Amino acid sequence: MLKLNKSDTLLFVIVAAMVLLAPFILNPFPQGSSLAQMFNAGYPDLMQRFVIFGILVIGFNILFGLTGYLSFGHAAFLGIGSYSAVWMFKLLSMNVIPALILSMIVAGIFSLAIGYVSLRRSGIYFSILTLAFAQMSYNLAYSVLGNPSSSYNLTNGETGLQVYSNDPQYFASSSAPDTPHLFGLAMSDSSKLDIGSWQFTFNNGYYMSGILMLVAFYISIRIFRSPFGMMLRAVKSNQQRMNYTGLNTKPYTLAAFVISGMYAGLAGGLLSSMDPLAGAERMHWTASGEIVIMAILGGVGTLIGPIVGAGFNEYFKNILSKINDGILHQWLSFLPDGLENFIVGILHYFVGKGWHLTLGLLFMMVIIFLPGGLVEGGQRLAKLFKRKKTEDGSDSNNTPAK
Amino acid sequence: MDQILLQILNGLDKGSAYALIALGLTLIFGTLGVVNFAHGALFMIGAFCAVTLQRILNISTITEDPTKTDFLGNPAKIKTPIVETWFGPEVGASIIDWSVPLAIFFAIPIMAAVGIIMERGLIKHFYKRPHADQILVTFGLAIVLQEVIKAIYGANPIPTPAPEAFRGSFDFGTYIGFEANAIIYPYWRMVYFAFSAIIIAAVFAFLQFTTFGMVVRAGMADRETVGLLGINIDKRFTIMFAIAACVAGLAGVMYAPINSPNYHMGMDFLVLSFVVVVVGGMGSLPGAVLAGFMLGILEAFASMNQVKAIFPGIDQIIIYLVAIIIILTRPRGLMGRRGVMEE
Repeated sequence: MLKLNKSDTLLFVIVAAMVLLAPFILNPFPQGSSLAQMFNAGYPDLMQRFVIFGILVIGFNILFGLTGYLSFGHAAFLGIGSYSAVWMFKLLSMNVIPALILSMIVAGIFSLAIGYVSLRRSGIYFSILTLAFAQMSYNLAYSVLGNPSSSYNLTNGETGLQVYSNDPQYFASSSAPDTPHLFGLAMSDSSKLDIGSWQFTFNNGYYMSGILMLVAFYISIRIFRSPFGMMLRAVKSNQQRMNYTGLNTKPYTLAAFVISGMYAGLAGGLLSSMDPLAGAERMHWTASGEIVIMAILGGVGTLIGPIVGAGFNEYFKNILSKINDGILHQWLSFLPDGLENFIVGILHYFVGKGWHLTLGLLFMMVIIFLPGGLVEGGQRLAKLFKRKKTEDGSDSNNTPAK
Repeated sequence: MDQILLQILNGLDKGSAYALIALGLTLIFGTLGVVNFAHGALFMIGAFCAVTLQRILNISTITEDPTKTDFLGNPAKIKTPIVETWFGPEVGASIIDWSVPLAIFFAIPIMAAVGIIMERGLIKHFYKRPHADQILVTFGLAIVLQEVIKAIYGANPIPTPAPEAFRGSFDFGTYIGFEANAIIYPYWRMVYFAFSAIIIAAVFAFLQFTTFGMVVRAGMADRETVGLLGINIDKRFTIMFAIAACVAGLAGVMYAPINSPNYHMGMDFLVLSFVVVVVGGMGSLPGAVLAGFMLGILEAFASMNQVKAIFPGIDQIIIYLVAIIIILTRPRGLMGRRGVMEE
């Protein structure tokens, strides 16, 4: 199907089914129960973040996973995409199509320029060059380009770029909603379905981003399986040898850089389409670091890894920041009081506002013990199960490795 | 002329911080070959050593004074720092006043311990892994350290004043023949510059004139041969890591009065000090120091109003711009050795 081989088709179908059915899958607990408040993730805002960051990390994986070039400045393209999209909202109309197209084009142009320069070096120098370019973009967006009194106020500085009522909006029609919309279909609108005590939300913005993520995922599968993808892998394993055979690897790595930059631009445009407000903090280098973290958590160089990583990061960020001392006490109330207070006192530092700490520790653990990320962990588990099953003599029906 | 001198002076304090952090980074890179993204966190821990010592010295006993009452009619509470009861009020007060310089002695053992634990516990296992893995694991460590500090000290900057004698500014210009009020410079920044000059000189002297330093330099040039001669080079490199951590920590301690310590100061300095290391040349100690001061001064010049009028925003990007040009035109940096990380 779709020129994919059997296992890739299976993978794609599973991902597609999960994306389309996510409002059901992510809402396993009935509305209003205490578990629902904690673990349900089926609300639009979070689901949108899952798929949008999925796109971003899929793109990052095409660069880092295939060529091994570690870019520490990828958030710059995310920010550039966000700003371009909001500018389209300000100038044309709130329709998201021109916004997304422009955000990809502008991010593509920037990544072409930055990539052309940065790819002249490799290894740590490449990381530092991309970092320097990203910090330059961030500083400029924050200071000169963001000063409301200057004549080139492109980013509106700390306030963030947003749509005002006196913006021109040359193509705005009066019938369309004044939030971002797809030909009249507002991104923020949702339809709700009540079954028993469950409530499922189907959000327009989520489905649009989800479908775009599937397209992005499909393209990335095709790239991974193409001769171009093979070339990028060859660059990762031994670039010098490639050069000795008389082959110029630069166009290939540059193409990979631009593709991943455009993915990031699309993700930025989508972020702005869900909420038309773009701020410079999206370009800060710690945001780039977070992209790297997501990619590593999931599994670099695998197809499904980026989606797992992005979903995992966003989901745990969400849960961990919601847990507070009261909930911990409630969970641990079966323990004797002294022990309970002691454990809560320790856990206090890892939840709520301390979720960064937990994710940081997790990230370190993954790098130290599981360089292949969660995907490798899943594969190891699957192998373990498989071996046990064959030892038992039963069929070795492997669960599809994530 | 006085304008130029003023900008050079302005650049010196930041330049000193860059130089010290970059020196530590280069020591680690040159000896162990590890790219340490957690080095900014060490700088931050140093600054929080100053905060901690200040808090320890301010631990007080509370006594009630029945002769005075507060506005609710309760007896007034008087806080007496324990140091004052031990050493008498005057000596005690001056000890508290001098808490930042005293924190140097407090920070050295802590930073050395942190450095040794870091190297033996984590980084040791990453020598054989690719540079990207080293970058990532130390980046993770930097996040963790930053969050630990945030959990303990909160997210707000903590003002840590310099000793009374060094607060305020003095008229530096009059000492060297300019008219009054031409060059006003804060005392503490002068102290910071002098301090960092001493530290840098000490590190270089240690490497140049002691047997230990000689072995370390030999190890930097050819680790295997030194190992074959029966010298335990790993142990010495661990000690060098501890020294590098101390250098970063001391830079942080003394920086506390200039910029109130907060949990993300390490990350803020980290990127810049990496840029400094690259500009100076990976693995070159004099290069790191030179580039640190040079970029600090360049940044000060770029933030002059006359310059900003011609190139708006240049003060924000000058360092990165210089770094990009240097990396592209002179891959081994200003003073890098031939063949070191020259891909």
